[in-house]
Amino acid sequence: MTDRALAVVRAGALTTVQDQGRPGHAHLGVPRSGALDASAAALANRLVGNRPDAAVLETTLDGCTLRSRSEVTVAVAGAPCPVTLDGRPVAWGAPVRMPAGALLDLGTAVSGVRSYLGVSGGIIVEPVLGSRSTDLLSGLGPPPLTDGAVLPLGTPQALLHARVDVAPQPAPPAELVLRVTLGPRDDWFTPDAVRAFTSRTYRVSSASNRIGLRTEGPALERALTGELPSEGMVLGAVQVPPDGRPLVFLADHPTTGGYPVIAVVRAADLPAAAQAVPGTPVRFVVVRRR
Amino acid sequence: MRALPVGDGALLVEVASDEEAQALHAELVRRRAAGLLTVHEIVPAARTVLLDGLDDAERLARELSASEVPGAPPRGRRVVDIPVRYDGPDLSEVAARWGVPEDEVAGIHAGTEFRVAFCGFAPGFGYLTGLPARYDVPRRATPRTSVPAGSVGLAGSYTGVYPRSSPGGWQLIGTTDIVLWDHARVPAALLSPGTRVRFVPVAGPAGPAGPAGVAAPAGVAAPAGTP
Repeated sequence: MTDRALAVVRAGALTTVQDQGRPGHAHLGVPRSGALDASAAALANRLVGNRPDAAVLETTLDGCTLRSRSEVTVAVAGAPCPVTLDGRPVAWGAPVRMPAGALLDLGTAVSGVRSYLGVSGGIIVEPVLGSRSTDLLSGLGPPPLTDGAVLPLGTPQALLHARVDVAPQPAPPAELVLRVTLGPRDDWFTPDAVRAFTSRTYRVSSASNRIGLRTEGPALERALTGELPSEGMVLGAVQVPPDGRPLVFLADHPTTGGYPVIAVVRAADLPAAAQAVPGTPVRFVVVRRR
Repeated sequence: MRALPVGDGALLVEVASDEEAQALHAELVRRRAAGLLTVHEIVPAARTVLLDGLDDAERLARELSASEVPGAPPRGRRVVDIPVRYDGPDLSEVAARWGVPEDEVAGIHAGTEFRVAFCGFAPGFGYLTGLPARYDVPRRATPRTSVPAGSVGLAGSYTGVYPRSSPGGWQLIGTTDIVLWDHARVPAALLSPGTRVRFVPVAGPAGPAGPAGVAAPAGVAAPAGTP
């Protein structure tokens, strides 16, 4: 085993390896996967001098604890959380030098859901179809972290890491406003349902995961009750299952589905969706197609 | 042919039948290969083809809406033979629905040339068409909580092979040891849209087929069309 590696001391509730995912294989039933908050993952890489496609760790609510076998530069972005090195607080949102043997702890998110840990050189677990992302829908890529696992690290690029004290990042949303364009199947719903969808407030459900942001709120009534033949699904599609509660497809979404899609969320709004804790109010606001 | 906008950069092109969807898919793949179409994903499905990652979706929508649906899909060059033991637990039910003796199911199924209409549900799962409409069967009223990898099933007008162990509601007529998905192999997927498929009956004891694979995640509501 290389001496450039991270040992997992505490895996946390759900910590996965993520990069930019494996788009381009949807016709084979392969989800795109990749970091849910892609902008936070990109920032974590930039802060440690990695290329944007390097693999990072994505935590879920309660962080993780790692020991490095070599000296590395690390940075935490996304959901703000206490970060300590050998028990001493270090900066969040900034590059931190981590000596060989030191213990890095990402604590419970103060707000938001997912923190991203960038490590100089990136995590170089074996790629599958060109990506190191864990795909929780189909099981491709490395399994979620477990205590005692060892993650190999790449050789740092010659890039200089960003020299900042702290990089500004958007705060996790107190209210999640998702801009949507209606369709392709808004005509499967009653006019009242479309009105409710675009005017009422939903709440983020605790059943949300990397596959989809589930919501609680007014059930949307269908105008057409037939069965929709399976059709291709895009990232950000708002699918309405039989319970009538809109579900926003995130990175691990299935590539085809048989429930009607009432609208599609703008890609730029999905990082915020990835950081919305259960209970966060959600509003869907219709915008013009670009 | 109707092209529905999906978000800012995608189109869902609707046609009237499975066959038209397969023909349109083949034509769009041809256009992309010829450099006439720039798009990230071309995802065929039952009655639609999704084009995702378009620069100018509106222009393409106008163009497609004004053009004719290609007649029939070209005959794919790739043929995959799948050896099957026709020993599935739903064989007698399928025979009853088809109105044939149980031992004729294999002959009818293996005597049909199939085509991968589209993939989905799991990496490597192909929805295969080819059986005449009189052989359509419904999904099981109660899906099984676990269907072994390699199970050959029927539902609606489709045939499919479970690439991994998962819950499922298709009527199971047989088992294969062939590996449908192996990400260490190139290509990883044995079946892709347009592939021709023949099932070849084999004798032999029914054993556990192939590697158990990865279990499907819990908690994903399966739409009616999923296996």
